[in-house]
Amino acid sequence: MIWNEKFETMPREEMRKWQGEKLREMVERVYYNVPFYRKKLQEINIQPEDIEGIDDLARLPFTSKTDLRDNYPYGLFAVPMSEIIRIHASSGTTGKPTVVGYTRRDIALWSEVVARILTSAGVERDDYIHVAYGYGLFTGGLGIHYGSEKVGATVIPISAGNTKKQLQLMEDLGSTVLACTPSYALYLAETIEELNIDRNRLKLRVGIFGAEPWSDSMRKKVEERLNIKAIDIYGLSEIIGPGVASECEYQDGLHINEDHFIPEIIDPETLEVLPPGERGELVFTTVTKEGLPLLRYRTGDLSRLVYEKCRCGRTLVRMEKCLGRSDDMLIIRGVNVFPSQIESVLLEMGETEPHYRLIVDRENNLDVLEVQVEVGDQFFSDEIRKLEQLTNKIRKNIESTLGIGVKVKLVEPKTFERCEGKTTRVIDRRKLD
Amino acid sequence: MIIKQLSVFLENKAGRLTELTGILGNAGINMTALSIADTSEFGIIRVVVSDPEKALQILKEHNFSVNLTDVVCLMTENQPGALARALELLSAERISIEYMYAFSIGERAFIIMKTEDINRTIELLRKNNIELLKADELYNM
Repeated sequence: MIWNEKFETMPREEMRKWQGEKLREMVERVYYNVPFYRKKLQEINIQPEDIEGIDDLARLPFTSKTDLRDNYPYGLFAVPMSEIIRIHASSGTTGKPTVVGYTRRDIALWSEVVARILTSAGVERDDYIHVAYGYGLFTGGLGIHYGSEKVGATVIPISAGNTKKQLQLMEDLGSTVLACTPSYALYLAETIEELNIDRNRLKLRVGIFGAEPWSDSMRKKVEERLNIKAIDIYGLSEIIGPGVASECEYQDGLHINEDHFIPEIIDPETLEVLPPGERGELVFTTVTKEGLPLLRYRTGDLSRLVYEKCRCGRTLVRMEKCLGRSDDMLIIRGVNVFPSQIESVLLEMGETEPHYRLIVDRENNLDVLEVQVEVGDQFFSDEIRKLEQLTNKIRKNIESTLGIGVKVKLVEPKTFERCEGKTTRVIDRRKLD
Repeated sequence: MIIKQLSVFLENKAGRLTELTGILGNAGINMTALSIADTSEFGIIRVVVSDPEKALQILKEHNFSVNLTDVVCLMTENQPGALARALELLSAERISIEYMYAFSIGERAFIIMKTEDINRTIELLRKNNIELLKADELYNM
């Protein structure tokens, strides 16, 4: 099923034309309504009427997360506050949160794009959607909620927390779709096993997972343990929240709703646009949003774009599954390390729980990476020799993937809190100096 | 003859052993024999208790990595050379010992061991008239 045939299957040339027109309108809006953008555009001598088509996008200035923080809270809004009907904010792990605002039309647009991604994941009006994303300032809960209502499915706005009760209701109410972070999905699977709940009493068939990077091996694990199809969705509050992109039933890249959010891939060093297919930093321009339109917003996420038509019939450009935000990337002894790489190694080995934490420290001016891994009952051996073999095997596998030496430490089960929002997997003690 | 020994994974953290023994004590579970194998990073505590299944359940509920391991308990005279004689039998049959721990009470010595093949071990020791303790005898000692 395709929610919006017109845009989701639009031929490339037509899409480019649409994007060009919308871009011109957007530049006009930000030029006259957002002093920050007017100044930036004037600095490079661009007037709104200079925008003739989508090819002019590359001439425009970038927006960074810092720009949003510098203009905290409402400085980049393009409409008077009386037009804003909703505020959301992203969790500020460092400093202030990022505040975003939506007009009535933005909320309608948001519902539309979420309806599209739910439909591409196979959700229909007969479905019961268990929304276990947090409700509140985080865009996950309410974003999926409005889109689900638009589809006409039955929404169960359970939000995050109280896992046992969640499972009880999931069974009683007959939830067919689970929407949450992938790490919470895994936690639910564990709890189902612990409580010996008969999986057949649950009707779940699809998972809509996003808000944190996760590997394909973690996907396999979630699919096996919950016996569902796990669909990767992508979104960030600055752009709109969930609804920016999503996989279809073929799980072969995430279709971007590019009639609203125009993607580019740039080289994060030179800031040059890279040719299609090359991997780099993902940048979005929100051409239709009214409240907070952003020009070339640098997401920090690494991906690549595929323009070939998908087997599902959609022509929307696809982005490769995001393996990490560049904020998550650690540079250890000059080598780039993504937590998701370590997750993949652990899941492929299948001998430990996929719960881990990375501790980075500096000893004698040298970076050291310690990987702490939970030892589950099923892998625990009463023989020291076997546990040491396991530790060495994990260490060798991680070292051969990352190309740097690591220390592996086995820790007791449930050492790491199971977080219902985004999981903290990295503790970087180097920053404390 | 097979004894269910509790094996628990413990990180080297202050208070973990106290916590474990406290949990068992509060549940009214007695410990008959105990040994700890340690490395610089973690330890494995091996313990024979009065009710292994119940102890397993309770420790799992408290988020310990724990399992039950099959071991045997030999009983010999508390005399020089008694253990050597038992071990010679195993060596001759090339049965490897994974680990063992022992205690003695008066004239008797008790040796708890895990070998690579528990059934062959039992068969061999019985054939050679080495006394093996029944599980209940050890649990309730």
